[in-house]
Amino acid sequence: MLDKSTAKGVFINGILNENPTFRLVLGTCPTLAVTTSAMNGIGMGIAATFVLVGSNAVISLLRNFIPDKVRIPAFIVIICAFVTMIQLLMQAFVPSLYESLGMFIPLIVVNCIILARAEAFASKNTVFLSAVDGVGMGLGFTLAITIMGCIRELFGNGTIFGFNVFGQGYDPMLIMILAPGGFIVFGLMLGIVNALTNRKQKSGKEDAV
Amino acid sequence: MTVNVFIFMVTCIFTNNFIFSRFLGCCPFLGVSSKVNTSIGMGMAVTFVMAVASLFTWAVYNLVLVPLHIEYMNTIAFILIIASLVQFVEMFIKKSSPSLYKSLGIYLPLITTNCAVLGVTILNMNNNYGLLQSVLNGVFGALGFMLAIVLMAGVRERLETSNIPKCMKGFPISLVTAGLMSVAFMGFSGFGA
Repeated sequence: MLDKSTAKGVFINGILNENPTFRLVLGTCPTLAVTTSAMNGIGMGIAATFVLVGSNAVISLLRNFIPDKVRIPAFIVIICAFVTMIQLLMQAFVPSLYESLGMFIPLIVVNCIILARAEAFASKNTVFLSAVDGVGMGLGFTLAITIMGCIRELFGNGTIFGFNVFGQGYDPMLIMILAPGGFIVFGLMLGIVNALTNRKQKSGKEDAV
Repeated sequence: MTVNVFIFMVTCIFTNNFIFSRFLGCCPFLGVSSKVNTSIGMGMAVTFVMAVASLFTWAVYNLVLVPLHIEYMNTIAFILIIASLVQFVEMFIKKSSPSLYKSLGIYLPLITTNCAVLGVTILNMNNNYGLLQSVLNGVFGALGFMLAIVLMAGVRERLETSNIPKCMKGFPISLVTAGLMSVAFMGFSGFGA
């Protein structure tokens, strides 16, 4: 019987302590590129989660068969298979989302989060734990880029998920949706997360004293 | 012809800069670029890989995948080409110039997971570029990438000595800086398009 607390720890770890976007700063390209709206953020997050869970599970299943020397190419091929799957699925079922994410769907292959988790976690742990890690990391990523998407869509277009928030009179800050907005919002978000973590650590120390 | 190539070059390097307007290759941009010298080396290696990758992927896509009607295999085919190419470049530099290998060492394998490389091959495919245009796109795109990481490295060398709030140190301030640089690059938009 696998202890449930380990699985829970692994799951929470992906969302909070080691959030791939805000804490590990991995996979920055899709984070910056597709977060022009909240919907795009969620779509990208779900696609990446699918790939992450699938590749983590398969890699951990094969971890004793893959020779150490060729493990990176082997991982990439496995990841690639899942990316092609999600690409074809999205093309068939959600063509509009597929259009707006464009070339960033095939680029999930080179998303550092996925290879990093394969290398750091799935190649050393059991199938179940690896899949849980995939879900946790995937949700952490989804959450982070959806928040980014909401902020950029809110200020750049006055809407969230297409619903008008600021009313008709709002003059959108177009720059938030353009490239510079991505960099600046991401930078400020990281700064805020850092400040919160620092404060938490400080108060934790004071409590201990 | 020459004029067209020039316009294409300006478009690739400035208007559609890989980092500032297409968001491709942000990881090495943020991770590597802290010294001007190493970022020049990295930029050169990426330029070579992108040019040759454009050539090979064009050939494989148009001469193998399209005739066999397995275009959906493009991602797998492209990434395998890039990975083996990077391996080859690594071996070649190791043999021919050990000193360059030493200074580039760690960055070489990283090129495989640089999304600018896979990105340029997918762009070539999506835009139906011909052979020459694909290779030019690879070279000019990589030069734009190099320009961005070298500029960023220069700024970062300054940032290290300046007084910034603790929570903004490192990635956050680099990203905000990149945002401001991106505003500058937006000034080129519309040119050559």
